Amino acid sequence: MDTILEIQDLKVYFRTIFGDAKSLDGASLRVYEREVLGIAGESGCGKSTLVEGTLKLVKPPGYIHSGKVLYNGRNLLELDDEEFRKIRWKELSYIPQGSMNSLNPVIKIEEQMIDGIISHIDISYPDAKEIALEALSDVGLPSDVAQMFPHELSGGMRQRVCIAMSICLRPKIIFADEPVTALDVVMQKLNLQTIGELKERFGVTVVMVAHDMAWHAEVADRIAIMYAGKIVEIGTTSDIFGKPLHPYTKGLLDAVPSLERRFSKSIPGIAPSPLSWPSGCRFHPRCSYKMGVCEEIDPPLIEIEKDHFVACHIYGGR
Amino acid sequence: MENLLELKNVVKIFTRANFAFSREKVIYALNDVSFSMDAEPKVLALVGESGSGKTTICKLILGLEEPTSGEILYKGVPLYRWLKENLKEYRREVQIIFQDPFETFNPFYRVDRILWTVIQKFNLARDNNEAKSKIEEGLEAVGLRAREILGRYPHQLSGGERQRFMLARAYILRPKLLVADEPVSMLDASLRAVFLDHLKEFKRNGISCLYITHDLNTAYYISDYILIIYAGKILERGPVEGVIRNPLHPYTKMLINSIPIPDPNKKWSDKVNIDIAQLQKVSGRETVDGCVFYNRCDYAMERCKDNIPPMKRVGEQEVSCFLY
Repeated sequence: MDTILEIQDLKVYFRTIFGDAKSLDGASLRVYEREVLGIAGESGCGKSTLVEGTLKLVKPPGYIHSGKVLYNGRNLLELDDEEFRKIRWKELSYIPQGSMNSLNPVIKIEEQMIDGIISHIDISYPDAKEIALEALSDVGLPSDVAQMFPHELSGGMRQRVCIAMSICLRPKIIFADEPVTALDVVMQKLNLQTIGELKERFGVTVVMVAHDMAWHAEVADRIAIMYAGKIVEIGTTSDIFGKPLHPYTKGLLDAVPSLERRFSKSIPGIAPSPLSWPSGCRFHPRCSYKMGVCEEIDPPLIEIEKDHFVACHIYGGR
Repeated sequence: MENLLELKNVVKIFTRANFAFSREKVIYALNDVSFSMDAEPKVLALVGESGSGKTTICKLILGLEEPTSGEILYKGVPLYRWLKENLKEYRREVQIIFQDPFETFNPFYRVDRILWTVIQKFNLARDNNEAKSKIEEGLEAVGLRAREILGRYPHQLSGGERQRFMLARAYILRPKLLVADEPVSMLDASLRAVFLDHLKEFKRNGISCLYITHDLNTAYYISDYILIIYAGKILERGPVEGVIRNPLHPYTKMLINSIPIPDPNKKWSDKVNIDIAQLQKVSGRETVDGCVFYNRCDYAMERCKDNIPPMKRVGEQEVSCFLY
């Protein structure tokens, strides 16, 4: 599989009066062409920051400290804002968290979509309208929706409108941040299936951020597990669920309640603060496999098996 | 033995005055809802999607809204009499945990104040030392360490800690009934289990719980008895094992089918179709004719359109559907 996007040691910090909050502290990741890559982890682990950093959308007091995002042989972070704006949405599109609530309540769905299209490519109004209507039908919405106002639609349908907007210009990669959070289960299923289909139909690559492991199990091809601003494990979906390596991944999987089993265990302790991450491996205060070396040396992300990376000292010897 | 809480044919209608010349709109938020919780401590889960009337039930039980018709009994006495004559005792016995742990705190005060206020207001302690030990006991019951939590401001606590802190506040009062409105929907998966385990622990200590949620996974994890509500109407109820393993109502079946299983080898086998009924918001209904689920039901029959299916007993479960 070809790599379409490569993130190298990306660091995004937020300035605070107590010093820099290192929300994303050195994440490296390859995104393959035509895959759904899931990014999982608990809140505050840097999932959303990773996506915002990649798209250069970090707002002050946040700033991109260092790192590279390679796409088509270029480092995207070196582009100036205007250049980046041209490829954003057209090639790398983004469905922000809670985007269903960010539609303008007094403008018809159609107009909002056309606005976006016209501001990114040089196209006439009727052509833009055609693109908008086509995008709506691509995600399975009837054409009546174009004439509706956001408040007339349910939350799930508004989210679909946002998915439609993201594929208007046939991007290469779609970044979806918590695309189904806060929807009802039936709607979650519907929208996740739609996202899965986009990959098949348009050959796009999807990077999906979600906190629920069950959603990843349904649609993702590969999953990256994040903890405390770093990626601690990456592998194919079947590897992550079948033979999780990192103790945090194991804990995360055990914590998911499900209809299959009626017990679940939680991970003891609380997530550390980005102002002062623990020394060495950041998971060591909560880890039940802790060794002496864990407190001092931060384990690098190494490939244990083909396409299965983990950052943990337990596997350091191999 | 009399029931702890009983709702009898409760109807709640919201009228919405539209713009100047259009006619008034009537929305049935709850339509003929009856259920009861007996005196033995139990966890009852109330499951439904957004707009189904879950929160309206919660507000009615707390006395924040009045039912349009029907009756709510607490310990066999009508709720309005509790509120009028013995509000303080009712508040002590019926406690609530809200959904959002970030908005229930006043950011200007240290968290201690919440517990001190409770103790003062309800005269729970004779002196400061007793109050202190009560607070420590309450925090311990929810797995928080007093010396780590007290003296802090709300923003210094994590979401899970805040939600458990609220649980501690309820625990100090030793309520009979705890109403939890989506208490874990804002928490991470790794913290959910902790919170739910404390609710289970509370049940062993004699506190009943009405657990309101849209998430069947957590409802299954914690509850003994389950009610499925849709558009203001109870469609199915029964012991949790029965409803989850052997769902009767088409809506329950659809819900259970839609739950993602955290196992890549067990993906959804079927596809959901979008229909126009799903397009628009479901929040209450304007009429009371027919089955509320008629528009979305795969098994809809002619008589479902105009007749309301009665509650029918099937084994241990009860279902409101003409298929049975």
